[in-house]
Amino acid sequence: MKEKLVVIGNGMAGMRTIEELLKLAPEKYEITVFGDEPHPNYNRIMLSPVLAGEKQFDEIILNEDNWYCENNIVLKSGSRIIEIDRVASVVKTVDRKETRYDRLLIATGSLPFILPVPGHDLEGVIGFRTIEDVDLMLDASKQYKDAVIIGGGLLGLEAASGLLNQNMNVTVIHLPELLMERQLDHEAAKLLQAELESRGVNIITEGDTEALLGDKRVNKLRLKDGREIDADIVVMAVGIRPNITLAREAGLYCDRGIVVNDTLQTYDPAIYAVGECVQHRGNTYGLVAPLFEQARVCANHLAHLGYSRYEGSATATRLKVSGVELFSAGNFTGDDSTESIVLKDASHGIYKKLVLKDNRIEGAVLYGDTVDGAWYYELMREGSDISAHRDQLMFGRTHISDAGHGGQDSAAAMADDAQVCDCNGVCKGDIVNVIRDKGLFTLEEVKKHTKASSSCGGCAGLVEQILAVTAGGEYTAPEKKPLCACTDFTHDEVREAIRAQHLTHREAAMQKMEWRNPDGCPTCRPALNYYMLSTWPEEAIDDPNSRFVNERVHANIQKDRSYTVVPRIWGGVTTPAELRAIADAAEKYAVPMVKITGGQRIDLVGVQKDQLPDIWSDLNDAGMVSGHAYGKALRTVKTCIGAQFCRFGTQDSIGMGIDLEKMTWGSWTPHKFKMAVSACPRNCAEATIKDFGVVGIDGAWELHVGGNGGLKVRVTDLLCRVQTREEVLEYAGAFMQLYREEARYLERTAPWIERVGLPYVKQKIVEDDELRKVLYERFLASQEIAQKDPWAERTPAEQRVEFVPMKNVANG
Amino acid sequence: MSDWIVIGQIDDIPKLGSRVIATAEGDVAVFRTSDDQVFALLDQCPHKGGPLSQGMVYGHAVACPLHNWSIDLASGEAVAPDEGCTNSYPVKVENGTISIAIPLAKVAAV
Repeated sequence: MKEKLVVIGNGMAGMRTIEELLKLAPEKYEITVFGDEPHPNYNRIMLSPVLAGEKQFDEIILNEDNWYCENNIVLKSGSRIIEIDRVASVVKTVDRKETRYDRLLIATGSLPFILPVPGHDLEGVIGFRTIEDVDLMLDASKQYKDAVIIGGGLLGLEAASGLLNQNMNVTVIHLPELLMERQLDHEAAKLLQAELESRGVNIITEGDTEALLGDKRVNKLRLKDGREIDADIVVMAVGIRPNITLAREAGLYCDRGIVVNDTLQTYDPAIYAVGECVQHRGNTYGLVAPLFEQARVCANHLAHLGYSRYEGSATATRLKVSGVELFSAGNFTGDDSTESIVLKDASHGIYKKLVLKDNRIEGAVLYGDTVDGAWYYELMREGSDISAHRDQLMFGRTHISDAGHGGQDSAAAMADDAQVCDCNGVCKGDIVNVIRDKGLFTLEEVKKHTKASSSCGGCAGLVEQILAVTAGGEYTAPEKKPLCACTDFTHDEVREAIRAQHLTHREAAMQKMEWRNPDGCPTCRPALNYYMLSTWPEEAIDDPNSRFVNERVHANIQKDRSYTVVPRIWGGVTTPAELRAIADAAEKYAVPMVKITGGQRIDLVGVQKDQLPDIWSDLNDAGMVSGHAYGKALRTVKTCIGAQFCRFGTQDSIGMGIDLEKMTWGSWTPHKFKMAVSACPRNCAEATIKDFGVVGIDGAWELHVGGNGGLKVRVTDLLCRVQTREEVLEYAGAFMQLYREEARYLERTAPWIERVGLPYVKQKIVEDDELRKVLYERFLASQEIAQKDPWAERTPAEQRVEFVPMKNVANG
Repeated sequence: MSDWIVIGQIDDIPKLGSRVIATAEGDVAVFRTSDDQVFALLDQCPHKGGPLSQGMVYGHAVACPLHNWSIDLASGEAVAPDEGCTNSYPVKVENGTISIAIPLAKVAAV
């Protein structure tokens, strides 16, 4: 017989937990849900837009009645639980009906805090928590004209804005000096206040409510300074309190909330709790992102998987008042140990402040332009060292990296047909519709459904903004991002396990790390394969079926299912004999196009798959090898003419380029890796947009790292200057090895360096001579194994099965 | 109508891999999963016609190499949220020998 799971609370946290649970163990429990409110589960964060008349209630429903039916969940809405009897393992409703449980999930949420001032129980005094509250406010707006909100925090201001939209006279009474004092600093709070006042909201700060006046219904509010304000309706938005009455009466240990451990278990092991009613490591949360993280962990334990832990959440906030862009995260005020960077443009209504400590972002407040909020938040959570691009940090990610969405920086202001994702042609309207229709909450889900931001990722910030405007304000990515849906481990944790447990085989690795899907998926398999090859080059066995087709067949697949063939041309220098061999091959195999590449090589485009081994064999015979133009590997080493011929050249760039390419070809890297060598500071080989760039100067070489010329243009950072050819090779090998060992799979050097910080790389490669030599040796050792021409290995007849049909039945 | 055609041995296809058979109406991709089941689909992704035989096989699905759509090997249906379907063909494996049922019209069309 199935175990019985009872859920108290039909709200977002509870139902999210059930959704996660159904994904993991759909048949495990017989589930009964009790809900106070007589509705299906709705998106509470979107009550403000309903109040503002921008949305209807049915648009914010998350789980329709038929969802409960389809999943065999018994829903008892409008049915209040009044007692948990832990001895008998039953819950009791108002009408004394009992329901037995094997496991109980408490998700009772929170209650608005009602100030205990005289008159607080008059008619017309409400909180702002449920759809009933919204209905009351909407009704009031039709009959009355004066509304007062007590509390100028997130919720209060959203209520104010909504009631203003309903044509009421709105006054906000706020006790502290600054609006949203828990999220905003002085400047941002003042800008916000000015904006709201210009819209017609009357704001009284440092206003201390003494009493609410009226006979049956409220009609005035009196402040302690004697001022009286007309009030037909008073909305209390001074905070929420975890709803813990039931739990406390049942004898569960409670403090401010129901105290839970890292598995969301209460002091009674049969009882779990999630959401706003919970207190975890001393914190209570009122935002949606932490609730969802809790839901995921709790579901994992309810499903008896037992390997996931909740370690608390960092939170960021956005305000959902249309036309006001506001973002805040972390320690935004700063103290003696911090410094801040501030940008203020009053006439454009823009204010940004970043609080830094030890070159890391501690907090951020953005007003007016919040497109980079998600990025700053990511840098903050990752603890990235920002010193290398500190001077440009303020101008946002698009400034540092050139990927553009046409300068568009405000999701709310965009038209529905404006294109958001330029890679996949996705418009704002498409994204909004999917978010609404499918009830999406995360960037990952939007990516999956629309493909927006799934290619270059340049529009991720914008998509997050659209998500915030459409689905609710606070969602940001979880603290810890798993490698893929097959596991809860991050890239770094997976790699560390491979290293620490000496894992050299994919299946063993997946088993050890309790992968959810025995075969993994197209995201994790190539990553695992790479981590094992780079960690244990001498032992790990390359798994061709865990490689993307290009790396499996050593050619680049094209949209018409033909391939391209690029032989290696060392340092961009070729010979008449090689050119002749390439020309002969192109003619012999009727190659549709011969193209010069950006990396100083020649590309044979449009080759059919079954022709590949023959064409490779011909090129091998002329002394050429694979150029790895298809791989997460060393691509090209571009060079200028250099001192041999050029009148400006100070160094032999061609010789250096060839030496570098001979040393590094064949190495697999987390992502593609490009180099260039210029012979003088004119830098004709464009070395400063390469992963590793070398610029010759009189008597020395400058080494540059972390450049990118593709979707996000990024100029390299200067690593150091060295004197000799041997040093250039040693630094290049050591840098490449550090990148190979530490960057995450599919992370180019540019984002890697932005994540770990240039000082970190310098410390390992420049300052620590010992480590540099060790890294260089490890690189060379791995090259002993890696430097085999994949073309030559595949041209013998018995290796060709991959390239020919298994059977031809076309002729009957 | 269709007939069973013997196309080869199960060991001709690597685990988690695919081989194609050429037919008059284009290639058919034959997949072998990790649990040694064999499936056959028209070698064309319903999205942009990408060669599914070149994709990565996982579980009972394959990810198209062009734009990473996942296609269910048994039904030929794109895995949600993507939508679309490619032809699938009956396959049987007896004593390691793989046979496939392709409509005769397709085989003899040349």
